[in-house]
Amino acid sequence: MWEVLQFGDQGWGDEIATGAVFTVLLALASVVVGIVVGLLIASAKLSKSPLVSRAAFGFTSIFRGVPELLIILIIYNGTEIALRSLVGLFGFETAIEVPKFAAATFALGMVFGAFSSEVFRGAFLAVPKGQVEAGLACGMSNRQIFFRIRMPQMWRFALPGLGNLWLILLKDTSLAAIIALDELAREAQVAAENGDAPFTVIMAAAIIYLILTAASRGGLNRAERWADKGVRRV
Amino acid sequence: MLELIQTYGPRFIEGFVTTMELVLLSVVLGLMIAVPVALARMSRNPLIAWPVYAYSFFFRGTPLLIQFFLLYYGLAQFESLQETTIWVVLKEAWWCGLIGLTLNTAAYTSEIIRGGMLAVPHGEIEAAQACGMTKAKMYRRIILPKAFRIAWPAYGNEIVFLLKGSALLSTITVLDLMGQARVVFARGYDLNAYVVAGVMYFVMIYLFDIGWRLTERRLNRYLGERPSARAKPARATT
Repeated sequence: MWEVLQFGDQGWGDEIATGAVFTVLLALASVVVGIVVGLLIASAKLSKSPLVSRAAFGFTSIFRGVPELLIILIIYNGTEIALRSLVGLFGFETAIEVPKFAAATFALGMVFGAFSSEVFRGAFLAVPKGQVEAGLACGMSNRQIFFRIRMPQMWRFALPGLGNLWLILLKDTSLAAIIALDELAREAQVAAENGDAPFTVIMAAAIIYLILTAASRGGLNRAERWADKGVRRV
Repeated sequence: MLELIQTYGPRFIEGFVTTMELVLLSVVLGLMIAVPVALARMSRNPLIAWPVYAYSFFFRGTPLLIQFFLLYYGLAQFESLQETTIWVVLKEAWWCGLIGLTLNTAAYTSEIIRGGMLAVPHGEIEAAQACGMTKAKMYRRIILPKAFRIAWPAYGNEIVFLLKGSALLSTITVLDLMGQARVVFARGYDLNAYVVAGVMYFVMIYLFDIGWRLTERRLNRYLGERPSARAKPARATT
């Protein structure tokens, strides 16, 4: 029952371990993309132009209303089809392999961005107005106020919401298994289908996910305490 | 696109029905599990609170996909299980899906209900005690109804996540809406198959959101007009 978790040719231990590394890398890459997208969408939502803010809210509601699995497939297969027809224009007939890791990062990053834009929007609005007025009184430009006053103080308000989204993202990386990206869930599935102890390998993967989420929760709690340390408690 | 809908329309409808069936069943069953779980989590007896905490920790800390895999691929490891009558149920992907969705949503829902119960104003509980209510009656008449009202928006979010998560049923061969879309895509390599499914999910969630918000307003109507609504000109009283 346990032999299945051996490293090397006999067991699936090494595959599971590399899968776990891929999962962490995918989550980290997606969160970077997601935060950039989230900040852009949040500033679009706060824009004075109704057209821009409408479009930004629409972006969020589309991603709220469509399953993540479908988004990954649309981005992955859509890019593949688009690339093929693009190459077809030049008279070639080859299927171009879309890099799975990039496609999954992009898809998960977009989802994270759509949800985190709401977190960022709330956080920007939570920065007291007096701070902005103080900046104005000092003669700062709008740009300076944004980068020196609103942006640095916004993070503290955004942290709890971002932490929740990170935990969701960590679990959503498993969806990349559908495009056969070799992350943890996919490796566990392959090991379950080909080995003789499916429960053991999948449970091993589950425990790795549990460790990742539990460690993240601990880290996030500490980060929140760190971010709040200069703040007067009521 | 039109051609695709004409050819495969029935498939999409079939998938939609399967999705609705499984989601509705797991919402109802999940709620039935979640309430006792939430109550057990609040228990002062560690022998009751801890196993329930472990359950909720496991199901909230691992991906739904892994939970489906455990049920669908994992259980086959136990040969003794295959000789029992439960196996008739457990070997079916549909049932694995229902069990997985139910246990998953029950774990999240119990946390939401617990949060709601902890947020019930103390005065209401004291009032109930002052009226001489028994504990059971207090939970039934005061705490749970109030907790549900407080938790309503968060619970709606959880149902939306469950509906989106149900797309994962397709990974264990259930032909839900997502599963049917994948079949259609594989036939013609036409991305519109996914677009159609995506629009269907989107509309479902959109309508659900509206219904949920209307229900919330009705549930809270005893609180009177909201401050924001008060700004409207008062109706003539004739």
